[in-house]
Amino acid sequence: MTLTADVRVARGPLAVDLAVEVADGEVLAVLGPNGAGKSTLLRVLAGLLPPDGGRVVVDGDRVWDDVAAGVHLPAHARRLGMVFQDHLLFPHLSAVDNVAFGLRTRRVPKAAARAAAGDWLARVGLEGLGNRRPGQLSGGQAQRAALARALVGDPAVLLLDEPLSALDARTRLTVRAELRRHLAEFGGSTVLVTHDPVDAMALADRVVVVEQGRVVQAGTPADVSRHPRTDYVARLVGLALLPGTGAGGTVRLDGGGTVAVAEETAGPVFVAVRPESVALYLSAPHGSPRNVWPARLVSATPHGATVRCELDGEVPLVADVTATAFAELGLAPGSAVWATVKASEVAVYAR
Amino acid sequence: MSAVRAARRSRGTGVPLPLMVPAAIAAAFLILPLAGLLVRAPWGDLPAQLAEPAVGEALRLSLVSATLATAVSLLLGVPLAWVLARSQARGRSVLRALVTVPLVLPPVVGGVALFLVLGRQGIVGRWLDETFGVTIPFTTTAVVLAQTFVAMPFLVVSVEGALRAADARFEDAAATLGADRWMTFRRVTLPLVAPGIVAGGVLCWARALGEFGATITFAGNFPGTTQTMPLAVYLALQRDPDAAIVLSLVLLTVSLATLLLLRDRWLSRSGAAA
Repeated sequence: MTLTADVRVARGPLAVDLAVEVADGEVLAVLGPNGAGKSTLLRVLAGLLPPDGGRVVVDGDRVWDDVAAGVHLPAHARRLGMVFQDHLLFPHLSAVDNVAFGLRTRRVPKAAARAAAGDWLARVGLEGLGNRRPGQLSGGQAQRAALARALVGDPAVLLLDEPLSALDARTRLTVRAELRRHLAEFGGSTVLVTHDPVDAMALADRVVVVEQGRVVQAGTPADVSRHPRTDYVARLVGLALLPGTGAGGTVRLDGGGTVAVAEETAGPVFVAVRPESVALYLSAPHGSPRNVWPARLVSATPHGATVRCELDGEVPLVADVTATAFAELGLAPGSAVWATVKASEVAVYAR
Repeated sequence: MSAVRAARRSRGTGVPLPLMVPAAIAAAFLILPLAGLLVRAPWGDLPAQLAEPAVGEALRLSLVSATLATAVSLLLGVPLAWVLARSQARGRSVLRALVTVPLVLPPVVGGVALFLVLGRQGIVGRWLDETFGVTIPFTTTAVVLAQTFVAMPFLVVSVEGALRAADARFEDAAATLGADRWMTFRRVTLPLVAPGIVAGGVLCWARALGEFGATITFAGNFPGTTQTMPLAVYLALQRDPDAAIVLSLVLLTVSLATLLLLRDRWLSRSGAAA
């Protein structure tokens, strides 16, 4: 179930021209600022907006859109599921009827549809809440129900439009971790639109960065964050995302080494380090309780007033240092340095 | 939400005089005539007046025709409101202006217009007469048509407003779940705007119940077939003012009772949904 799309559409002053390809079981994140054309792309893929040009093809032969051939399959005829930023559960239906809706439209008998919907509600951790109206669910619960509603019909393509951005910070962490689990189990192609690099890093197999309707960079999350091609991408996705296992105030990284963190954690986690919180020294610093790692400078790319340094070592990191500091340290590719990060500047969240 | 409400309430305590005085006069102006009706009512021979067969006949005709007019308006007006609110068809604003003309048109003119189209010599009326032998003017059908003509725009405007206020993205969500536009309309749009449809229906029914000008012009004033309550009130006023007061009281009671009944049901419904 591959999704291949080459979409051209004008939205006021913005000319969107995007080509994406998502393989079976793959999660593609479309990352970019507000107004970059990300949601427009998603609406075209969903069939809610006919494109001005281009093609959308699923599985190589099922054509959803082909402007040149005059083909436009309306949204309701596409086998897809979509999750919106603010859940959009139908307020007049209970949670279970919301989830069953997509089955009822495809002529599944009522009892079977409700049974399947009940199973999906249990899978997203909402057993026993099926009779509640959307207004009686919390934001996180409603978004879980919306995910169940999108997945219950076994769609070929799953479209996620800023699925976490309407949630508060604490809920976002847990829902993101669950979403990650469900996406791993989902067999179709997923397109995730987000302006939050953490979502893209944590959930996607591949990232395309979109600015002003164009793809400015594409690659794996690690690739994009290590080799940003524009200032915008550098500012947006510099953070290093390291998988590990939490044990109290420290995290043992899967790739070796430990990180001291400010909050107690347990189990599988991600450690996220922003490049601006990494400081570089020529000799090992002493004193304050910091994370200190020996590293080697692999490459250095100037971005405005800062230089982005890619570091290799036990803990792979990216550091942003000012151009002045870079010159004072006399750094060059191959230099041995000590990288330090305060425990309070390391973000940890469950994976 | 509650903060906004509280702020409004506290501001409401200090009404400035230049607003207070006209507001009080307006309220008195609207309430006093109804009070006068109650004061002048011949309470003594009320039972006798009500027992008159002509009263029952006019009341029954009014209720039946207003309800039929509302049913026709719902059946045709809700789809029209959807077209005005949702379709991308060209000329929509012109259409909206045209269908709301009866809102501002003097009802007598509406009656004349209906007569010119559906009368025996009218464009459609002559064809109906020659082809099916059907004559519309001066029948109960004419009463319903006159009421529908005058009252349906109230429903259309009210439902269109509800449709515009409803979040159209729910319809997008329904489409991604496999619902075509007709199913989306039935299963999502209609339930979402149900309160607006009820409100529009009540408004439409009340307007139809009080219809006078178009009815008397197009349907005439025949007891039993076309003499509705407003016509009966007007006629009674000329020969027996007490009877007119009684009929007016009946009409007032029916309107108020319906309004309160529907309002209670509607409010409790939306309360359960929230």
